[in-house]
Amino acid sequence: MDLFVTGFKNTLILFFFSAIAALILGTIVGAMRVSPVPAARATGTLYVNVVRNTPLTLVLFFFALGYPKLGLPPIDFITAAIIGLSLYTATYIAETLRSGINTVPLGQAEAARAIGLTFGQTLTLVVLPQAFRSVIPPLFSVLIALLKNTTVAAGFSVAEAGAIRANLSERGEPALVGLLWVALVFIVLVAGLSLLQRYFENKWRVAR
Amino acid sequence: MTSVLFDAPGPKAKTRYFAIGVLATLVVLGILAFIIIRLVESGQFTAAKWQIFTFPLVQRTILEATVATLSAFATAAVLSLIVGVILAVGKLSDHKWVSVPCYWFVELFRAVPLLILMMIIYYGLPTVGIQGITPFTAVVAGLTLYNGSVLAEAFRAGIESLPKGQREAGMAIGLRKSGVMMHILFPQASRAMLPVIISQLVVILKDTALGFIVTYNEVLFQAKYFGSQAQYGSPIVPAAMVAAVIYVGLCLILAGIAKYVEKRLSHSKKLAGGGATAVAEKVNIESQ
Repeated sequence: MDLFVTGFKNTLILFFFSAIAALILGTIVGAMRVSPVPAARATGTLYVNVVRNTPLTLVLFFFALGYPKLGLPPIDFITAAIIGLSLYTATYIAETLRSGINTVPLGQAEAARAIGLTFGQTLTLVVLPQAFRSVIPPLFSVLIALLKNTTVAAGFSVAEAGAIRANLSERGEPALVGLLWVALVFIVLVAGLSLLQRYFENKWRVAR
Repeated sequence: MTSVLFDAPGPKAKTRYFAIGVLATLVVLGILAFIIIRLVESGQFTAAKWQIFTFPLVQRTILEATVATLSAFATAAVLSLIVGVILAVGKLSDHKWVSVPCYWFVELFRAVPLLILMMIIYYGLPTVGIQGITPFTAVVAGLTLYNGSVLAEAFRAGIESLPKGQREAGMAIGLRKSGVMMHILFPQASRAMLPVIISQLVVILKDTALGFIVTYNEVLFQAKYFGSQAQYGSPIVPAAMVAAVIYVGLCLILAGIAKYVEKRLSHSKKLAGGGATAVAEKVNIESQ
């Protein structure tokens, strides 16, 4: 039982910090991809295209196994996993936001420009607040995917929920039962996120 | 399409953008240079670390691993398309005893992490007396169950995005429910959903990399194996690079096919309605 508690605590830690970091980074990258500066657009596009086409396993593989060889200040596995997950998820968030920006009626941005707001003001004061509301369902899908992706970190010796199996089988307990419990808890967690999504959807419904 | 967010730059802004551009390029180059210098300093580019990849045997193993990845991908892709179609049709069924189980099946397998699913199949099933689970079956079965469920949602969304008149017209000319589905709704829905389906295929390809955790002998598994060969200086970073190039290459090829198909389909007048593409976009985001 202890195992489950520490495992899922680590899962939630991974999820929570990666989600925040990915949201921030994703918003920045999403903004870069619609910015008037060609260089920023190119950088954003390159980043999104490369990382989205790399398996998450490979990203974590690099951070968990490759990074310690680079002679940089050592980081523990949890931090490495958070960095990897954030970098990976941020690309999806950026793409989601970009599609959300496209759903904001043209008149909004035009009106903002007409009263003399700069690009940064247009985006942060007018467009993004509305875009965020319209992308809540897909944004939560990204977060649910992130929650499930935290299990991949188990393959790289982060002691979270996915690693419970290894521990159980070391003690000679049936692996199947443990795994089914892990699956069940994940279903509950995902259901919780879905409820949260419905709550935000209702709260921030766009009146159009 | 997003140019509405800013005015066309005037001469002043152009120089400013140029300056920012130069600065951004320098920063990006700086980061890249830092990474490369770190890599060089820690000796990742020394010939000794790359030497292992010059042996024909190693190259052939990597090629075989790529084939293993591709075969898992191909099998899982075909199977999950079939499972997806069956589940989508099942969910839309008028009979409660068909649609309710299908609904729960989809919800269940979408909520369980793919890795856990693979582990249940690979480590769990043999303990209850099901024999003959190879890593390949575990990977393919896990991918099929998960992506089949996701694809089922995509198909269903595609069918529901079609105008109601299509179904009614089919009924009106006397087709049965199965006929309407097979001859009218499904062909249109699958065309509308093609972008989603193909991007889901990219996901399947990427997720085969999870197979390395259940010891399936694919690219990443080999990369780890070669990366830990001590007599060649544990070239884990070079191995990761090789694997990355293979994956990104394969995914870009698939993405290229997706773009090509999308382009060809966008000429088709049947898909003129924006509804299907909008739904496609939504499902697309969900389906990663």
